[in-house]
Amino acid sequence: MIDASITTQKNPYALNCEKKTPQRDFEKTINQSALPMAPGFQEAPSLSEINARDALRQRIVAETERPPKVHDALMLDAIEKTTDRDLKSAYLTAFNGARLSAEQGQKLLDFGDLNLLGWLATRAKERFHPTGKVSFLLDRNINYTNICRIGCDFCAFYRRGHENDSYVLPKEEIFAKIEETVEVGGTGTLMQGGVNPHLKIEYYEDLFRSIKERYKIHLHALSVIEIEGIAQVSRLTLEETLERLKSAGLDSIPGAGAEILSDEIRLEQSPVKRHSHRWIKVMQTAHKANLPTTATMMFGALEERKHIIEHILRIREAQDETNGFYAFILWTFQGENTELAKKNPDMHPTTGAEYLRVLAVSRLMMDNIPNIQGSWVTMGPKIGQISLHYGANDMGSIMIEENVVSAAGTSYTLDGNNMVELIRRSGFVPVQRDTYYNILAEYPETKVQ
Amino acid sequence: MESVTCNSSHLPTTSPVGDRTHPKVQVSYGAVQTALSKALRGERLSFEDGVNLYHSPDLVELGAVANEMNSRKNGRDVFFNVNRHINPTNICALSCKFCAFSRKPGEEGAYAYSDDEIAHKARVAAESGATEVHMVGGLHPRWKLSNYTSIIRTVKETAPQLHVKAFTAVELDWLARKERKTVAEVLTELREAGLGSLPGGGAEIFTPYVREKICDTKLTGDGWLDIHRTAHSMGLRSNCTMLYGHIEDVEARIDHMMRLRALQDETAGFNVFIPLAFQPENNELGITRHTYGVDDLKTIAIGRLMLDNFRHIKSYWVMTGDRVAQTALHFGANDLDGTVVEEKIANMAGSRGGMAMAKTKILRVIRDADRIPVERSTVYEPIRRYENPAEDIIQ
Repeated sequence: MIDASITTQKNPYALNCEKKTPQRDFEKTINQSALPMAPGFQEAPSLSEINARDALRQRIVAETERPPKVHDALMLDAIEKTTDRDLKSAYLTAFNGARLSAEQGQKLLDFGDLNLLGWLATRAKERFHPTGKVSFLLDRNINYTNICRIGCDFCAFYRRGHENDSYVLPKEEIFAKIEETVEVGGTGTLMQGGVNPHLKIEYYEDLFRSIKERYKIHLHALSVIEIEGIAQVSRLTLEETLERLKSAGLDSIPGAGAEILSDEIRLEQSPVKRHSHRWIKVMQTAHKANLPTTATMMFGALEERKHIIEHILRIREAQDETNGFYAFILWTFQGENTELAKKNPDMHPTTGAEYLRVLAVSRLMMDNIPNIQGSWVTMGPKIGQISLHYGANDMGSIMIEENVVSAAGTSYTLDGNNMVELIRRSGFVPVQRDTYYNILAEYPETKVQ
Repeated sequence: MESVTCNSSHLPTTSPVGDRTHPKVQVSYGAVQTALSKALRGERLSFEDGVNLYHSPDLVELGAVANEMNSRKNGRDVFFNVNRHINPTNICALSCKFCAFSRKPGEEGAYAYSDDEIAHKARVAAESGATEVHMVGGLHPRWKLSNYTSIIRTVKETAPQLHVKAFTAVELDWLARKERKTVAEVLTELREAGLGSLPGGGAEIFTPYVREKICDTKLTGDGWLDIHRTAHSMGLRSNCTMLYGHIEDVEARIDHMMRLRALQDETAGFNVFIPLAFQPENNELGITRHTYGVDDLKTIAIGRLMLDNFRHIKSYWVMTGDRVAQTALHFGANDLDGTVVEEKIANMAGSRGGMAMAKTKILRVIRDADRIPVERSTVYEPIRRYENPAEDIIQ
């Protein structure tokens, strides 16, 4: 499938290497160059301000090491012409690469111009990823069980355990799936299931150990809610549970189940799932146990835009403390077949512009998480590709199996070639990565396979 | 400036289609910047400019400039109309390789609507608030001009308020040859029956080296343009399209746009330019993939910049899906087409857009894109501007 022979060196400290502190550099620049920061910038343009705008343009050139572009001036003029003072200051803060406040994020999300957001988000992305590479992962989702005692309204996947189609996959079947994954060049497996009350920690320890004994594969597994479930049925503390899972072979934890970290919304969508601070707590405990994780956001259900900002902010704060999130992943709610959609017939699928807007603002707000994924799985390959111009630097995984999303009516598939072409035709260099975002192979020109 | 070079690997498919008539365009970063600056100054773009813009990897930049040019002409207004497509027959004498819609007489799935069926569809359309019927179909070997006038009359008698936008240049050419009349004579009769304007279909790609590969039996590009020239000279307005994402190269697209621009200079009779994304199912070209989202947006944006004498650029949601169509409203498009209701041609070729979009959804999609929805007539007169979001629900 994909020829991974052009292997660049693996960096075990990729997480730390990727982390940059761009805002500090920019703070310095701001102080030195007497920039027209709000509120002084709001008044009628004086000669000094016109000079300042030129200075901004020159700075773009200096920072990005590229010649000035036609639209830089256009975009700066658009900022200049913004009459809403708060919005203008939010634009300028984003432009300067300084940290956006909740209010500023809210302003951008509510009133930001989409073209301007795309421009700013691309700038923000280039601070983390200046080389124009876009990564993807080849891994396999294994949904080891669909039995779940939670039963979230937005989920079309779960079973209670008594239905004919409820299951726990036998080990042999899991091995067979992993074997197939390794054969096609896959480097990881994403194992998630339901909160099955019959599976204790011994089941997971045994499963992980036996996988690690047999295969050299990255185990990106479980979710907050499953980990809490395991701790509960095994009568262990969170720390003990995570420690034992890690020593059994768990490499990292996917950030799923975050949905929207706002208690107002969480209670409504999934009355049984824990309050949002629990999600943060489990993730931070994992970080302290040296288990890196991703963070997700599922939007487009019942939340308002303020909840999106609240979510981003909570993850940003948590990241400030433990620095264990290596990617932020946006999903949109997939309505078909779910209880939530039946209860709320007025709900509609997230539109393209709304998705790109949320993505761009996420990139601007998340100044401490290096990677942001665009979701072709929930938005389709077209918007997935376009998202690379609105702040995303990663296309996520070519999933060999994805039961959860396709149960809710979305079924887009991509193979390695398609993924490489998709990225290339978007104007970027496609690179295959592992789960930790180490680059494994580059596909600069020639087609794979 | 020399240090930045254009990476051509993100280009749309550039299949060698043979006997290319275009000189190879030298692509460079500087040329992209020149082209964009020219556009912003209101200068006309050249063939080389257009090709260079397609090669630019910076989608955001292209979008920002196209958006600026659009907003100079149309502000934040986005047009839509409430319309209904009627495809009177799929029986067709031609065999275009990209078509999944046409059937031969007697073939399974072949159909031709009776006047009663057309009247019924027109009545339903009128009752649902439509202002337009859009009618295009196959070249039915047994239909005469009288069949076509009868179709139009049926619609007009059922619902006189409906604007009839009907029959592509391909159908008109075929009718004229069959009836041994000039196109002008055919159009005169159709107009007497109630024809209001012409749709833009059948244009595909004008450039001969592409056209002969995809639809060699069809009306030529020059023929298509001639018919629209005739229509414009009679005071009939029309639309124009471009089918992209099959075997054509970037040069052919720009060439196509320039031919449209030249005719528009001459007659100013085109309402709108509509790029149509190729739908890959059930065709004979062996193409299996949908167009890329980035390509869809670039085509809208470059259409906006190249066609400086067009006021309207349509992002036709049936072809790209409503998500990309909506995003295109930030890339130079100012029209989303309409409610459509029953689209067969693209649908049978695997479009993911669906067949109908409710007016409420159109309003929401436009609103969600931070634009103001304006319902329009077929010839782009505003009917109602939905200034206040609260109005959306009432309608």
